[in-house]
Amino acid sequence: MTWKTDLPVMLPVTKPEPEPFLGLKAWHILPVALFAILGPSLGFAQTEDGGQNPLVVLMNWAPLLLQGFVFNLVISVSAMALGTVVGALLGLGQISLIPVVRGGSWFVTQFFRNAPWLVLLFFAMFLLPFEISILGLKIPFPDWLKAILGLSLPVMANVSEIVRGAVRSLPSGQWEAAESLAYTRMQTLWLIILPQCVKRMLPPWMNLYSILTMATVLASIVGVSEVMTLTGQALASEGGRPELLAPFYGFVLLLFFIYCYPIARFTVRLEKKFAVIG
Amino acid sequence: MSWNTSDPMVSLKDVHKSFGDLKVLNGVSLDVMKGDVICIIGPSGSGKSTLIRCINALNDIQQGSILVEGQEVNDPKLNKLELRKKVGMVFQQYNLFPHKTALQNVMMAPVRVLKQDKDAAEKSARALIKKVRLEGKEDAYPGELSGGQQQRVAIARSLAMQPDVILFDEVTAALDPETVGEVLQTIKDLAEDGMTCILVTHEMAFAREVADHIYFTDRGVIVEHGPPDTFFKNAQDPRTKEFLSQIL
Amino acid sequence: MDVIYEWFRLLYQETGINLPFLYDEYDRNRMVDGFLTTVWLSLVCLFFSVIIGVIGAWLQGSSFKWTRRFVNGYIQLFRNTPPLVQLYFFYFAIGTLLPRVENDWGGQSPILGSFAWAAISLSFFAGAFNVEIFRSGIEAVPKSTVEAAEALGFSKLQIYRDITLPLAFRVVLPALNNNLVNLVKTTTLAYAIAVPEMLYEANQIWSDNVNVTEMMIFLLLAYFVLVGVLVGAMNRWERAMKIPGYG
Repeated sequence: MTWKTDLPVMLPVTKPEPEPFLGLKAWHILPVALFAILGPSLGFAQTEDGGQNPLVVLMNWAPLLLQGFVFNLVISVSAMALGTVVGALLGLGQISLIPVVRGGSWFVTQFFRNAPWLVLLFFAMFLLPFEISILGLKIPFPDWLKAILGLSLPVMANVSEIVRGAVRSLPSGQWEAAESLAYTRMQTLWLIILPQCVKRMLPPWMNLYSILTMATVLASIVGVSEVMTLTGQALASEGGRPELLAPFYGFVLLLFFIYCYPIARFTVRLEKKFAVIG
Repeated sequence: MSWNTSDPMVSLKDVHKSFGDLKVLNGVSLDVMKGDVICIIGPSGSGKSTLIRCINALNDIQQGSILVEGQEVNDPKLNKLELRKKVGMVFQQYNLFPHKTALQNVMMAPVRVLKQDKDAAEKSARALIKKVRLEGKEDAYPGELSGGQQQRVAIARSLAMQPDVILFDEVTAALDPETVGEVLQTIKDLAEDGMTCILVTHEMAFAREVADHIYFTDRGVIVEHGPPDTFFKNAQDPRTKEFLSQIL
Repeated sequence: MDVIYEWFRLLYQETGINLPFLYDEYDRNRMVDGFLTTVWLSLVCLFFSVIIGVIGAWLQGSSFKWTRRFVNGYIQLFRNTPPLVQLYFFYFAIGTLLPRVENDWGGQSPILGSFAWAAISLSFFAGAFNVEIFRSGIEAVPKSTVEAAEALGFSKLQIYRDITLPLAFRVVLPALNNNLVNLVKTTTLAYAIAVPEMLYEANQIWSDNVNVTEMMIFLLLAYFVLVGVLVGAMNRWERAMKIPGYG
């Protein structure tokens, strides 16, 4: 999140390297968070006689929940890959010289960028067929595949904007210099412009991935058996004991935090590094 | 606390100031009488700017005494507001408020700080803008003015507080060469009106023309001082001589 | 209006394109209520997230190390975990710990309803972003400009009110607006705890009428227009706040 202001009197806004989480080293976070989340449940265990200690219950379920979380990661990586490829094409479409392509790409980008992720997920869930037949061959379309497609839509729109923003942020002198050397537009784009853009695109792209990973839990609302769905099922099969809620939801929060926080820190570090190199 | 006009208006005695381990002022003493124009010159990093920033308490000092019209500045119980009504300041980077027009910049402090009536403040602000020869620029924002124009607005802004003495901190250093003249002319007008001025400057010709007294500082001490003619013709100290030979 | 309503009823009969919220009063009211709930939830969250942002930015400047760490911990925790899980945590885990009160019908109901929990959860989520936005805005105001005000005799409070805040606000406006747009989109999560906002009401309508396709397309268009209008208004506001002579 480094941005320049339009005011030359104002200092450029830079995000400081975040202080270590509560001033702790990275590996300290795990035990502290575990304690914070499980602490209250231990308190419950002492006051109530019936049922197992919530911590023990959570430990029993943890392997299954972890599997669910891995599924979240699979969804996130697939949706990111798909969304990046299509989004990059759409982004290039936005800087096309052909007005129809440019306008169309712009509209598609804006349309999917303005829509809430959850609505797009519903969109994919309900409007895609459960199977498609190509040449008589029936290919099933399971829910998780629809979820990947649904989540890749907003990724696509955001990648498109990242590409457009990065290309536009290059000084026009680069285009002019290439043109004066008789490069074609395609050559200019591929040999001169895009290589310089990759660096600028990497931090927002990673940020987007982090957002996407956190959005994969939305798939639970439409019934994909990822970590949130499994958590709900685990809680139900334990008879809905209220003292289990905090440790279980806390556990899910913790999983995502452990995965996303390092990505966020790495992104900030990249931003800083590129900001210096320019 | 009583002060009369035959006493120095600003009086520094053995002022020491350091930033951490770095000693910036190392026992500076000087007196400025009412109506005096004094110029402080010296190599960069010799503590000139710090010196005048201490006079209106933008920097605090560790040791010594600064009296402004008999009021001690080096005092934890100092009423900074009272001090700053007496001491105006103009900065190298103008430091105008970018979201206010020239007129608003000039009348803001009288209205907010001195609680002047808005119409009266506007009237005197317009007069001041005329005085710095910027008629017609009242409604321009700082970003729409040249450096020299901005600096003149900054001088008018300072004058609006009706200070007894104005500090000028290298006010032409950030300007384009062609606009330096207009700012110096404005300061000269002020000096001729009898305003007490303390300037830190690199403009030697200007210093020679307007100053009543010149101080040369190096490494946190005043090396030499005197009226301009004597100072520029008969510098005694080798450090002064070397500095002048590089600059003139 | 009735003519238009009837036209859509005919459209349904002739083509099978079913938009009941346009001809059926009951469904229309549901949709309008859903829209108003979305707007109201957004406004409530906007208000509280800005307050959280201002307080957080102020606390981040604290000289107590643990206060700063606490604020940083809050920011990192809420930025790096899914807002949906945060919402569940607030609504289920914390909600069930709170005492229950007797309602008008003599039954027991929770102190805070789903709307309140959605508002709390989303405010904390958006607030975590606002803290950093506000802090960076205040840091962008040059010290020398503040010093100039000091030299003119302004008090600390006057400097904050007349110089720092107006300038910082202009710097952060684009980021703040961006966050607001995200907030509006994030209110759809409240669907998960049955807050009757736009997505929830649309879901009710398509469950009753079996017209998922029409409702889905309508929803997408509705959000497209809602967010588009918001973005347009924000851009105009940003332009209006621009200081002449810069940018």
